[in-house]
Amino acid sequence: MADNFNFELVSPERLLLSEKVSEVVIPATEGEMTVMANHAPTMTTIKPGIVTVKAASGKVSRYVVFGGFADILPTGCTLLAESAVPMEELNRETLQKRIDAARGDIAAATNDDHKFHLERHLAELTHLNGIVVPA
Amino acid sequence: MPSLKDLKNRIASVKATQKITKAMKMVAAAKLRRAQEAAEAARPYSQRMSAVLANIAQAVGGDDSVPRLMTGTGKDDVHLLVVCTAERGLCGGFNSQIARFARDHARRLLAQGKTVKIYCVGKKGYDSLRREFASLIVGRTDLRDVKRVAFENADQIARTIMSMFDKGEFDVCTLFYSEFKSVISQVPTALQLIPAAADVSVANTATAAGATAVYEYEPDAGAILDDLIPRNISVQVFRALLENVAGEMGAKMSAMDSATRNAGEMINKLTLNYNRQRQAQITKELIEIISGAEAL
Repeated sequence: MADNFNFELVSPERLLLSEKVSEVVIPATEGEMTVMANHAPTMTTIKPGIVTVKAASGKVSRYVVFGGFADILPTGCTLLAESAVPMEELNRETLQKRIDAARGDIAAATNDDHKFHLERHLAELTHLNGIVVPA
Repeated sequence: MPSLKDLKNRIASVKATQKITKAMKMVAAAKLRRAQEAAEAARPYSQRMSAVLANIAQAVGGDDSVPRLMTGTGKDDVHLLVVCTAERGLCGGFNSQIARFARDHARRLLAQGKTVKIYCVGKKGYDSLRREFASLIVGRTDLRDVKRVAFENADQIARTIMSMFDKGEFDVCTLFYSEFKSVISQVPTALQLIPAAADVSVANTATAAGATAVYEYEPDAGAILDDLIPRNISVQVFRALLENVAGEMGAKMSAMDSATRNAGEMINKLTLNYNRQRQAQITKELIEIISGAEAL
């Protein structure tokens, strides 16, 4: 039985979740990572994706986050998301709106480096669109 | 001397006004509660953000990779003042307080021979700053149609500021807003956004909590900082907007409360006056009748 640790999911608007969990899967920029208790202190940026939280009771809940970063300590983990919603509340329109906004940004971008970042962001969003909302 | 009918009309009109101010007070009270909740809900995020930022800043400290948003351009010739006010009036001295605070700051900078640029968020600040600094205002954001301030609104403002910084249009950016102390007290505050003022107290509390563990950074500290600082600016703007909304509603509530009370006093005075005149008229008529009867 794995140890439990504190996990907090915070968005600028509110504190979405703060509870004891046994494991959390975070969509880090350099690949998904599973955080369990006593993880080495790590700080990572996250990309748009799904956070899977396994609570101490064994209940699994999923949240969709759009960018942000995570602060991981042996005793706890804080995920600061730019925007986060429970998976059930996400709808196609909001996601599509974000994709359209990202497309608009790319069209407006002048600098290649910036464009590259935006294009990757768009790819992540489209990918998310594919897995979250079944057609 | 106004006639009885005039007095009656005035009483009726003051009563109608009182009803309106009372309703406005109640609306403001309801909105205040919501705004306060929103401001409180946003607090954990900005707190954690500052803690993390302080942490990374310590780790990176002195490195050349520190982004310019943090270190600034090394000059302080051109100042950008971002002035956040409300969209509507009827809230006591709330808007004028912020505008005056910003105006004093701008005058001081101008006296020092610096260049000042002003960016207005909200209509009221724009209206009052336009009179003196029309040529200095470089842009404005209208939040008139926004019912509930969302993070996206703040993000948009922050992005505008950052793109201006990238183009080298200013060296130092200061945010003006009103800090919500309590329902009756809002304090105009200036907050330096760029270069980010290192918050030493936060760093110290983080140290006290033993959070200065040796972190692993993924991708690396510089890249995270690059990502973090723009986000921090958005968060600061967001917090300022939320505090402003709460402050505006608080100020509006107390302004409307005193307006209602003043209307009540006025009604009492007018009613007294009205009754006195009515009595005088009755007495006058009686005297006329009696003296008429005596003359017979």
